[in-house]
Amino acid sequence: MNELIRSTAAELAAKIASREVSAVEVAQAHLDRIGEVDGAVHAFLHVDTEGALRAARAVDDDVAAGRAVGPLAGVPLALKDVLTARGMPTTCGSKLLEGWQPPYDATVTRRLREAGIVILGKTNMDEFAMGSSTENSAFGPTRNPWDLDRIPGGSGGGSSASLAAFEAPLAIGTDTGGSIRQPGAVTGTVGVKPTYGGVSRYGLVAFSSSLDQAGPCARTVLDAALLHEVIAGHDPLDSTSIDAPVPPVVAAAREGATGDLTGVRVGVVTQFSGDGYQPGVLRSFEAAVAQLKQLGAEIVEVSCPSFDYALPAYYLIAPSEASSNLARFDSMRYGIRVGDDGTRSAEEVMSLTREAGFGAEVKRRIMIGTYALSSGYYDAYYGSAQKVRTLITRDFERAFGEVDVLVSPTTPTTAFRIGERTDDPIAMYKADLCTIPANLAGTPAMSVPSGLSDEDGLPVGLQVMAPALQEHRMYRVAAAYEAARGQVIADVPALAGAR
Amino acid sequence: MTRVDELMDYAEVVERFDPVLGLEVHVELHTNTKMFCGCANVFGGEPNSNVCPTCLGLPGALPVVNGKAVESAIRIGLALNCSIAEWCRFARKNYFYPDMPKNFQTSQYDEPIAFDGWLDVTLDDGSVVRVAIERAHMEEDTGKSLHVGGATGRIHGAEHSLLDYNRAGVPLIEIVTKPITGAGERAPEVARAYVTALRDLLKALDVSDVRMDQGSLRCDANVSLMPKGATEFGTRTETKNVNSLRSVERAVRFEMTRQAAVLADGGTITQETRHFDESTGGTSPGRTKETAEDYRYFPEPDLVPVAPSRDWVEQLRGTLPELPWERRKRVQQDWDLTDAELRDLVNAGAVDLVTATVDAGATPAEARSWWVAYLTKEANARGVELAELAVTPAQIARVVALVNAGELTNKLAREVVTGVLAGEGGPDAVIEARGLKVVSDDSALEKAVDEALAAQPDVAAKIRDGKVAAAGAIVGAVMKATKGQADAKKVRDLIIARCS
Repeated sequence: MNELIRSTAAELAAKIASREVSAVEVAQAHLDRIGEVDGAVHAFLHVDTEGALRAARAVDDDVAAGRAVGPLAGVPLALKDVLTARGMPTTCGSKLLEGWQPPYDATVTRRLREAGIVILGKTNMDEFAMGSSTENSAFGPTRNPWDLDRIPGGSGGGSSASLAAFEAPLAIGTDTGGSIRQPGAVTGTVGVKPTYGGVSRYGLVAFSSSLDQAGPCARTVLDAALLHEVIAGHDPLDSTSIDAPVPPVVAAAREGATGDLTGVRVGVVTQFSGDGYQPGVLRSFEAAVAQLKQLGAEIVEVSCPSFDYALPAYYLIAPSEASSNLARFDSMRYGIRVGDDGTRSAEEVMSLTREAGFGAEVKRRIMIGTYALSSGYYDAYYGSAQKVRTLITRDFERAFGEVDVLVSPTTPTTAFRIGERTDDPIAMYKADLCTIPANLAGTPAMSVPSGLSDEDGLPVGLQVMAPALQEHRMYRVAAAYEAARGQVIADVPALAGAR
Repeated sequence: MTRVDELMDYAEVVERFDPVLGLEVHVELHTNTKMFCGCANVFGGEPNSNVCPTCLGLPGALPVVNGKAVESAIRIGLALNCSIAEWCRFARKNYFYPDMPKNFQTSQYDEPIAFDGWLDVTLDDGSVVRVAIERAHMEEDTGKSLHVGGATGRIHGAEHSLLDYNRAGVPLIEIVTKPITGAGERAPEVARAYVTALRDLLKALDVSDVRMDQGSLRCDANVSLMPKGATEFGTRTETKNVNSLRSVERAVRFEMTRQAAVLADGGTITQETRHFDESTGGTSPGRTKETAEDYRYFPEPDLVPVAPSRDWVEQLRGTLPELPWERRKRVQQDWDLTDAELRDLVNAGAVDLVTATVDAGATPAEARSWWVAYLTKEANARGVELAELAVTPAQIARVVALVNAGELTNKLAREVVTGVLAGEGGPDAVIEARGLKVVSDDSALEKAVDEALAAQPDVAAKIRDGKVAAAGAIVGAVMKATKGQADAKKVRDLIIARCS
């Protein structure tokens, strides 16, 4: 396998900056890899060969001219297809938006471009980020590089799978209920959901506005931190963007890598165990906790009783907001249009378009959300869910009064088989059991690989959670753990197509 | 369309029923930019030229609140004697319509920026009615649909529709009254007077163009009737498309007579939106609200709450201008006007113009005579507002000064103003170009007088005999000879002097 595609982003950036290798060569190596394996993995919905090579050439020109470049300049990246980027389609995994070319860049996209990061293309996802397996994409599922019969997680399965398949060293995901962390866990990669408001949502096609948060995906904690600092920071175009300095996550990742966690108090959330948890996942988690203790951390058990209500609260809030956010897809200004034969009213055309354009899961959530917001039901559903949200936030606050970070398994199970849960929405929803509380509270959380389950040999993730704007705490712990445990991703089996 | 025989005589209506009004006024703010994006907020313009990802509702785009619009909303609230919320949020009002880009309107629901106020409204006879204000809240306007091919220009029967999103996202303030009861037969007048007072107030605040004809001020009139003496309100209708002050009055009056006829006939009023027809003065049903629309309001998660500090609110209170009715009171005293004179001045919309003309040196009487008597006719003839005429108060003051100095006659002065209105330049430029100066050169005038006397010796003899009235014929001849540029009084004096 080409050495370039196995390199970390930090290594690639250093080599490009020192002209040991050109950004064009690096981009081409990854484009070649995509050509080789993406037929089997299907991580990408769109590959922008020309745009990627053009961006790489610009970095090479800058380096050759001696101009200062950013710490990730020339490094390729896979962008989740829920963020707008000029020159490429944005579909959100939906037939409804097929062919739509946004006329503007998301703030995240703009920052990536300004940092000289080379966008390879757009990655597959569950339609409008609704799902935990990427099976809800209108353009076919993405497959887990560890086992092509298994799901790569979701909704951002394409982004994480592209990392695990060595198609890209960096990716951007979005996390509404776990869509960065759960795919990270089941593909053996790192995924970070920043503090709500830490990364601009401008240009992120909304699923649930009060929960959505874009974040970095990578194969190492340091790479994630480097990408985090590129995309984070205040944006006047997003009213919910926080006007505060970006937490020093790169410094924290470097500090953590020295392997010392003396004095760090780590809380184990007691609610995340028991029924529904795969024994191999729990054993991996226990080993991870033991490792943290060995690194000097103090381990404390913490109870967060309201977390038990996180899943039902999430499945009222997220669909409610989604039912309103997705109303704009009416065929009047963009996207496909169905039934406009001159005999039908605008209302009928809207209705036919939405019927044909949305998949089953999206329709299910629009219906749940519409119902939950209806007059007479609002207080019982949306109103109660918001109260639960407040209780969960308080549980976090209490816990962080005692400990520096909280840890848990990222997912209750390893990657399940494609098709296994498609007829059972509740089983599917449970994949996000451990990740949802951080979305409801707006606090940061990340998943770092914690080895392979001893039952099925599939990756398991360790979730590290921190208080709002304290991302550096979790990066430090994750980096220390990663350094001690060793890279899990090195174990990824070669893909059939690339062997 | 309701036929005339389905209406009840108005006198009978007010004898048998008590009307209840509720007025909802939408005001477009004239901020530089839209409510939630940086697009220009201008009326007209090429369709879809003032649009961006946010006001087009493109996927991923987000709103940011226009601080200037919040400031205007607070000033309006303060001028309406409202309480200003210490903390309030926007909400989404969800419904599908092609000219609404997101298929939800970002509005305010149960947390308006201003609430519980009042506005004192002066009726035609000078009596004052206090109208209670329920709330004033912020929201965004929709785009505009142009329905092509139908007979009515409405969506029913149209062949196709064109959408213009230039207006989408323009800041709106919706001002809602509490139910107005007890107005009786004067209900239509109260409705008109309320909208008039509100318009004047908003104009004084300089927050909106308040042009009903352009839709920057729109009134929806809710009307219901209850049997005389009852306390429980009847079913109401909401009449839209009421595009002038006069229409407000007509629409309310029409609905009263229509509803009364239905009720007297044992029928029931359907709760519905009705459409006012300017040409017939009637209303016709629009959307029925039998299946009450459920807007599924919820707090807008893309925006943070608005929490105006008390300091800011007080600071804005300090920016409130003299309110129109206070100003009128002061003007009436200062200029010593009768009630009728004040009413004419106000009805002509000339208070500002006359004040400015006085400030530029004219007396109130001179200024009023120009604006209220003469220029109002000119404005009406052109079909424009008085303030839109192409003449400034300073120019009128200049013309007045020239008349007082004897350099222009009243007749010439009007000709000068006509030239100014025609775009020929300022008064002095018009005088110069048209050669309109009064002929005050005595020798030239004396010569013209002598010639006229010589031409009509009979008349000259009569004048010499003391029949001064005969001088008129000579004056006419002189004026004709000088092309009207002589001061007639002076000519007359000269003739008499020559003949004595």
